Amino acid sequence: MNATRMLTAAATVATIIMGPAIAHAQEDLPPSVAARKAQMSLYAFNLGQLGAMAKGEVDYDADAATAAASNLVKLSSLAAGPMWVPGTDTESIDGTRALPALWENMADVVEKATAVNEAAVAMEAAAGESLEGLQGAMAGLGQACGSCHKAYREPN
Amino acid sequence: MRWITTLVVLIALVIGLGLWITRPKADGEAMVSGLTPDAAHGGVVFTASGCASCHMAEGATGADKLILAGGQAFPSQFGTFHAPNISSDPEAGIGDWSALDMWNALHNGTSPDGSHYYPVLPYASYIHLEPQDVVDLHAYMTTLPADDTPSKPHDVSFPFNIRASLGGWKMLFLREDWQMDGDLTPELERGRELVEAMGHCAECHTPRNALGGLKSGSDWLSGAPNPAGRGTFPNLVELNWSDADLVEYFTSGFTPEFDSAGGHMALVVENLAQLPEEDRAAVAAYIQALPLE
Repeated sequence: MNATRMLTAAATVATIIMGPAIAHAQEDLPPSVAARKAQMSLYAFNLGQLGAMAKGEVDYDADAATAAASNLVKLSSLAAGPMWVPGTDTESIDGTRALPALWENMADVVEKATAVNEAAVAMEAAAGESLEGLQGAMAGLGQACGSCHKAYREPN
Repeated sequence: MRWITTLVVLIALVIGLGLWITRPKADGEAMVSGLTPDAAHGGVVFTASGCASCHMAEGATGADKLILAGGQAFPSQFGTFHAPNISSDPEAGIGDWSALDMWNALHNGTSPDGSHYYPVLPYASYIHLEPQDVVDLHAYMTTLPADDTPSKPHDVSFPFNIRASLGGWKMLFLREDWQMDGDLTPELERGRELVEAMGHCAECHTPRNALGGLKSGSDWLSGAPNPAGRGTFPNLVELNWSDADLVEYFTSGFTPEFDSAGGHMALVVENLAQLPEEDRAAVAAYIQALPLE
């Protein structure tokens, strides 16, 4: 068995094992829904960097905190329209918790999204200053995220 | 014919006796007399008890959350309940209530006109409030704005629309005993007051029996289906969050995965976030002490 054949065999085995998992993860979501979920994952990851410091799980690091907060500012500045196309609500498709009410109250949604951006900017200013500042700004971010989830996301 | 008359009289007597035994209970003036109201502490009781979360208008935010106009709908297996106006308006709200009226509503589930309230008003939890807490709460609520929106009637079908039957429910399920008992640290005692009395956490997070009574022991706070339809209220016994995770959630609403609280829990978090840091830690300590025996 030469090296090429071994690699092919390994790749085949890997495909058989991993294939269903990959297919399951994608769940045939519309690209817009997959994209907004990816955006939410990036929010969660960067919030996690800040949250670990806020909770005292890792040491406070002003540069790392500022970097994570800057990512939140960028994430909350993305042009979001194409990720929220009509017909991708809980009534229309599986794999989303976005309620139809979101599309019926766009002005309010935009206002809430603006509040998320403002909270992220406040975090960016606070995160590099001190741990106490970072901890204080977490509540504002949480409220901004929560106000949209409270109104427009189907409860678990 | 005489035996029919006898039977009717007997049935009437049995029903009458049942109604008399389960009649709405009300305490007298002695319960609250001599207590000096502290409206500032009443504000803490108000926030910790989540009064506004149910009694504000649907979706109210900011200062509007203190206008307790009522109107939110609460679907259940027994029908749909509507939160009444409890603003300081003397006609549409409860502005004409005395502190004793409030005590009887929250402790005994009895209205000023002497009828049973449905336990959708969580008096099975508020029964644990101290008389001083209620006197303070009453003083605070008189400072909130008046609103003249009329209360909506409940939409509850037979036989649950017969309020007299609630006397039986109270007899079966209304208990003054705490669920968590024994020798508690001061922090756990405060946690118990916030969880079991004011926060009325069990009303959503504890499963109920067929008659709507809360289960106890190891079932306490072990999660339950959402009576409003899809989804469930999480099991707090098997949560496996750290103390810091819980306190962060009560402060910002972020879960350990940095998802955020939604639905009515987002409102609960808004209330918890206003309490002193030690109170959030006390609630966390209580949850970490689960399950109960």
